[in-house]
Amino acid sequence: MLRPFPRRRDAALLRPAGFDELGLRRALVGWMLPFLVAAMAVLAALAAGGVVAASTLAQQWRIGPGAVLTVQIPRPLEATGSTAETRMDKALALLRATPGVAQARALSDEELADLLRPWLGEDSARMAVPLPGVVELRLTDGAQTLPDLGQRLTAAVPGSVVESHGPWLHRLSTLARSLQACALAALALVTGIAVVVVGVATRMGLAARREAIEIVHGLGATDAYIAGKFAARITWMAVVGGLIGAMLALPVLAGLAWLATPFMSSGADFAAEIGVLAALPQALWGLLPGLPLTAGVIGWLTAQATVRRWLRQLP
Amino acid sequence: MALKVADSGALVCDNVGLTYDAPIGQTGAEVLQDISFTVSEGSFRWLLGPSGAGKSSLLKLMYLAVRPTRGRLSIMGQDIGAAPRHALPLLRRRIGVVFQDFRLLSHLSAFDNVALPLRLAGRPEGQLRADVTELLRWVGLARKVNQRPHELSGGEQQRVAIARAVVGRPALLLADEPTGNLDDAQAERLMQLLQELNRLGTTVLVATHNAALVARHPAPALMLDEGRLRERS
Repeated sequence: MLRPFPRRRDAALLRPAGFDELGLRRALVGWMLPFLVAAMAVLAALAAGGVVAASTLAQQWRIGPGAVLTVQIPRPLEATGSTAETRMDKALALLRATPGVAQARALSDEELADLLRPWLGEDSARMAVPLPGVVELRLTDGAQTLPDLGQRLTAAVPGSVVESHGPWLHRLSTLARSLQACALAALALVTGIAVVVVGVATRMGLAARREAIEIVHGLGATDAYIAGKFAARITWMAVVGGLIGAMLALPVLAGLAWLATPFMSSGADFAAEIGVLAALPQALWGLLPGLPLTAGVIGWLTAQATVRRWLRQLP
Repeated sequence: MALKVADSGALVCDNVGLTYDAPIGQTGAEVLQDISFTVSEGSFRWLLGPSGAGKSSLLKLMYLAVRPTRGRLSIMGQDIGAAPRHALPLLRRRIGVVFQDFRLLSHLSAFDNVALPLRLAGRPEGQLRADVTELLRWVGLARKVNQRPHELSGGEQQRVAIARAVVGRPALLLADEPTGNLDDAQAERLMQLLQELNRLGTTVLVATHNAALVARHPAPALMLDEGRLRERS
């Protein structure tokens, strides 16, 4: 007599959701694919970290040293023409009226002495050498150079000199852009290798389960159905690999970001004041969770394309 | 012998030829040549012929494992040579096949093997259990629903394959030596099942060497020899 159906063990066999008719849990098994994806996720994270670091450095240079110019005014207290206005006053007035200048500030005698102390020692203020006045210019965000400032200043205050950081800033910007390009190229390379690795793994799975695929295909399974089964399995493995890679990359990137903090902020002691994880830029906090997602998307798309192409050999 | 070909039928072959892929630069020999016949809907036919005559190749054409390299093959009104690839899965679901080598999925239980066509067709789980269970009981495997193919004898595997082929009530049932691993009693039960399905409207085509079986169940036959249809009886 037929026994009641299903019982507990039978019920386990009657599961439409996740039903593995192609036997992919056996064909696509092991840690090789997740391990390779994890390794590539770490490399991708480091490359992305490079992109973020180069961008941040370039931005820091633009708003930091790149945005500051110094102007030397010889004989700053000397009157200009018949008025009581000094050469320094005239220079400051011109500079403050110049578009692109956010701030123009004359350095005090104490600040000037501090600047000269490494060369002239403690007695620089008492020396008979006439010192020029120095104006510190801070430019607005959009302005990196003020091309005709030197000419206009010399015309108004003869002998004044503008020290622009333009040339070295330009080289630093070029360096930053080159670093970004290299990091993006590395990222593209890692993505390409990930596609190849997933494609090879999928092909191995296809070869291992060829007979089962042919049977299921012969019973009326569509290409989309079979490709979906492979894609689901591969995506799961890629997401696991991406997650492991992101977790491995997190402490490395956080440590590097913490070490770079003094160069990214106003004070060298700032790094000591914040935690290692807090030093990680916001962009990387957004990027790291995206690694498993990206790995999954690459896995899904690659598996779908590989399986559908392979299935075209069947009638 | 030239055979008259009807315009419609469950199976229509009109000067069909089949050549398997040959190595590049070589021309493969035709394993089927100028095959023409019509099997009307709801009929029962034997497919006879010696080994190597092309019976399996003809069956492959019919269960859409290959397409004809020439001529016209129509299955249930669908011109197979002209049909787009995406149209074939739905047609395959209307064709049941009993393979000589069973072609069961080794990692699935007998139940799951039989349920597979229904699941692929999207039958809800609650609806397919009764049909699958009843069919497994009918083929004498009620106590072995959870056994995997390697835990079953050759005859039992054959019965699972038969159950899988008929569980979806196919419009066309093809069988390649279906009684090869069955004893006489089981072979008779299988023939009863095939005839019952045929009475319910399924077109049945059975390839066999078993002359005694054919003698016990007389029906029109297609006779193949060296890739050609020699005669029809």
